[in-house]
Amino acid sequence: MSTIRIEDLQKVYGKVHALDGLTLNVEPGAIFGFLGPNGAGKSTTMRILTGLAHATAGRAWVGDFEVGDRKGESHKRIAHLIGYLPEEPALYPWMTSSELLDYIGCLFELPTTDRHQRTQELLALTGLEGVSKRRIGGFSRGMRQRLGLAQALVNRPQILFLDEPVSALDPIGRREILEMISSLRGKCTVFMSTHILADVERVCDTVGIINHGHMVVTAQKDELLKRYTIPVVELECESGQEKEFSEWCKILQSNGGIQTVTVEGLVARVVVDDLESARSWLLKQAAQSGLGILRFQVVTPTLEDVFLRLVGSDGRLQ
Amino acid sequence: MIFLASLRKELMEHWRTSRFMVLAIVLTLFGLISPLLAKYIPEILKAVPGGEQFAGLVPTPTMTDAISQYIKNIGQFGILLALLLSMGAVVNEKEKGTAALVLVKPLPRGFFIFSKFLSLVIIFFISLLLAGMGGYYYTALIFSPPDLSAWIGLNLLMWLVMLVYVAITLLFSTLMKSQAAAIGLAFASLLILAAIGAAPSFAKLLPNQLINWGASLLSPTPVSAWPALWVSLAIIFICLFTACLALNRQEF
Repeated sequence: MSTIRIEDLQKVYGKVHALDGLTLNVEPGAIFGFLGPNGAGKSTTMRILTGLAHATAGRAWVGDFEVGDRKGESHKRIAHLIGYLPEEPALYPWMTSSELLDYIGCLFELPTTDRHQRTQELLALTGLEGVSKRRIGGFSRGMRQRLGLAQALVNRPQILFLDEPVSALDPIGRREILEMISSLRGKCTVFMSTHILADVERVCDTVGIINHGHMVVTAQKDELLKRYTIPVVELECESGQEKEFSEWCKILQSNGGIQTVTVEGLVARVVVDDLESARSWLLKQAAQSGLGILRFQVVTPTLEDVFLRLVGSDGRLQ
Repeated sequence: MIFLASLRKELMEHWRTSRFMVLAIVLTLFGLISPLLAKYIPEILKAVPGGEQFAGLVPTPTMTDAISQYIKNIGQFGILLALLLSMGAVVNEKEKGTAALVLVKPLPRGFFIFSKFLSLVIIFFISLLLAGMGGYYYTALIFSPPDLSAWIGLNLLMWLVMLVYVAITLLFSTLMKSQAAAIGLAFASLLILAAIGAAPSFAKLLPNQLINWGASLLSPTPVSAWPALWVSLAIIFICLFTACLALNRQEF
């Protein structure tokens, strides 16, 4: 059963269709990377799922509860299930970090002892123990982001929504937050929106790509990378053999099973018909050529390659 | 527990951001200086060059003058502070994003509004209590002690008038997207109520009539204004109820 289920969700602002028939399922325990260019509808989706915005049409469920039902108990129950970190977490500057976490604990009606214990745990987890009595107004952006993550975890959520959790951070802050998110693997479902592909590649196991308000693709990250693997092998030869290498590549091109060969200096990029069979025969031919081959590598696509292939560098669906 | 947590947060915010202190100091100061002003205005006039001729025209100050001065000062500044302290209560949280942070938690939106209102009810009560105590003490010291129960009645009625303006401003703070718009509309409401009050048949129904009722409690012939009391309570209820409905429909 899916933890998050979205069916044909639509959100219209005037003439703008922020979400245009979005359909999506997120399995329990996944660290789901919700990818898309700016304005694709990531934050809108997240705001609808957390109850901060209303859908124009379509339905969505978080856990067993349908979102958008403010009259029933649904909203309250979803609130107990989830944690939410907005893109730029706004925190009360006059509070201290321990006061904020205690206040959030009160909103979840945690007993006093549990609240105090949880506050200490989360301050330790986010490395804010030393500044627990300092007012939030004096915090750096990174500290605010860490405290924002801590407040989202107060109720030990089953589902954690993170809206661009690291986009405003420096490399060190980004690494810290991503490590924290990674540490949640197996403890809860993480639904993380971002446009930074490297971050998704680092922590997510499932990826959904959204563009112009609808899903382009959803799959396990490894499966997605495999699905969009390009049948390319790169060969690099020793320096001083450029001429011989170039000649050999020309002969290679006449072989069956090879689409194109492009040579740039000492590196040849060979596009083959079938990667699995090419692995053995191409390596054999390279060995028999008498050339000093330094590198024989099957090119693995990055998530960025897949993203650009699906969405395009200008954000248009390909 | 959730409501109490929200109320505690609001009271803590009033304290930490010095709003409570400013309100208490301003109202207490006016409470203290009102009898002093009533007493010493003739002396002040005498001290001003050329003012001696007017000093003779001012009758000898009495306790009634001290009470009038108190009502005028506390009434005007109390209402002004009600507008200023309530204008950003909701709209500021919406603008800054803190509303979104807490409204995804199991905090009912009605509690969000009511805790803000109740916190203002409390800080206005305490501030007016201090002002009332100061005003009573100095009036008793300089003139003679006013009737205590009538004095308490006067202050309670002025408190209720301030709460009407707190509720109106909270409503606009919920409906509007900026503090400026919220306070602009609250001032407009103040002016509209004043304009309606120019017609005697309507004036007896309006919140400001409660101040006249309070003042009359200290006179030999008190004149009650129950319709104004019910209208004031109705305005408070309608404003808060509408604010809750509006917030429930809003997106963050």
